[in-house]
Amino acid sequence: MLVEIVVCVFLVIGGLFGLVGSFGLLKLQDTMQRLHAPTKATTLGIGGVLIASMLYFLLIKDSFSFHELMITLFLFLTAPISAHFLAQTHISLRMKQSDLPESGGEYSWSLFDDPPVMDKPSEPAAPTQAPH
Amino acid sequence: MITYALVFAMACFGLGLLMNLWLLVRGPGRADRVLALDTMVINVVALLILYGIRQGTGVYFEASMLIAMVGFVSTVAYCRFILRGDIIE
Repeated sequence: MLVEIVVCVFLVIGGLFGLVGSFGLLKLQDTMQRLHAPTKATTLGIGGVLIASMLYFLLIKDSFSFHELMITLFLFLTAPISAHFLAQTHISLRMKQSDLPESGGEYSWSLFDDPPVMDKPSEPAAPTQAPH
Repeated sequence: MITYALVFAMACFGLGLLMNLWLLVRGPGRADRVLALDTMVINVVALLILYGIRQGTGVYFEASMLIAMVGFVSTVAYCRFILRGDIIE
């Protein structure tokens, strides 16, 4: 009975955090603010669900598996990386270099130091090689 | 009792999926749409794990692991494509 209550508590906490994460995605105003909701609240929600699943299979079904731990580790490792990439994408699409603070080092931010070469069909392409 | 908690959690994540879908349609920028897709993948992983608890089998863990990996790789690939115009330079 106690085990069931613990599993239920983790399930409800996980579900609520997942819902809060997805609601925050709609509710927050700016893209940079919107990045916070799925990377923190949803990750915590799925962590709760995975803890509930681990407890359920360990204590009720008497079978332990490492898959939940692997999924937890993978999601917790990859969430900040994808958030970093999304923030970089947003900065490159919507912000200028003057909007950013100083990098504090010798160089500026790498995003603006090494911009990609875009081939725009409307403009004449820059010559990449000297004409022979 | 676990059945009710499972139904509650599945309803929460399903509602979250609908909200992500709405952001995917509405999203003012490409970064928002990629973010909505990334969150949808995480919600689908949670739904699969909850379904696995409901069925009482561990078969769905492999599937959710694979979906999590594919979601991460596709998010990074999409972001790099927007950032650099190419995925592997």
